[in-house]
Amino acid sequence: MPLHVALFLLFGIGAIATAIGTVTRRNPVAAAVNLIAHFFMLAGLYLTLQAQFLAVLQILVYAGAIMVLVVFVIMLLNLGNEEALREQFTLRKVLGVVLAAIFLLQIGVLVNARPTGALYQSPQAAALGTAESIGRALFTQYLFPFEAISLLLLAALVGAIILAKRKVE
Amino acid sequence: MTDAVSMNIQTIPLDWYLLVAAVLFTIGVVGVVTRRNAIIIFMAIEMMLNAVNLVLISFAQFLGDITGQIFVLFVMAIAAGEAAIGLAIVLALFRNKRTVYVDEVNVLKW
Repeated sequence: MPLHVALFLLFGIGAIATAIGTVTRRNPVAAAVNLIAHFFMLAGLYLTLQAQFLAVLQILVYAGAIMVLVVFVIMLLNLGNEEALREQFTLRKVLGVVLAAIFLLQIGVLVNARPTGALYQSPQAAALGTAESIGRALFTQYLFPFEAISLLLLAALVGAIILAKRKVE
Repeated sequence: MTDAVSMNIQTIPLDWYLLVAAVLFTIGVVGVVTRRNAIIIFMAIEMMLNAVNLVLISFAQFLGDITGQIFVLFVMAIAAGEAAIGLAIVLALFRNKRTVYVDEVNVLKW
């Protein structure tokens, strides 16, 4: 098997396996560790797509920042294992899986409706994924959305502090 | 040297990436629908966001257009904001109701 196919299969199957691990673990910490592994696998997939800047960002932002926050909250709340679902919830579980299977089938049909099997990565893909090209696009063509997103992050910061702090007397 | 590597990598078809992303998104949906723990539901939402990111990057690289990657950058920023707000809500919920299980929270279900 050629190296690039092997890498794709490794990261793709790894991503799916760790995703299944995340939604099936009863212990929240085990789920979080699975999710961190999932983010690393996705970063690997981004590398096979030659998007190296976003692969690094994926690890820094998701595995680094967001998951630290999640694990911190799990530890803070001192959560144990999720106790077994009550009887009425097994129905919900089965229904959820069936609905998701139908949903996956729909996506599969849509993907197959217009086969793109002959479409391969564009020749300039490697040049697109660098920090230089992303920075150039971000600070010229997409400057306004960039500023807007910084405002949104500020609002999220203020909102999080107000929500999480104890009530004032 | 990089040319030889990138020529090799380029021969994985777009469909494979789309199918991986579809499976990941569906697993995220299953997580949101079947789990009770608000934090795990929240992690499943992050997983769905990441599946969409994978599709955006795939199309950006296969069509040779930078816009998809810029979008991913914005989705990451939204996800970071969502993480901060969502976990703050979980904290406030736990402080008021002593639970993070979504089926035990029914103050709005009258």
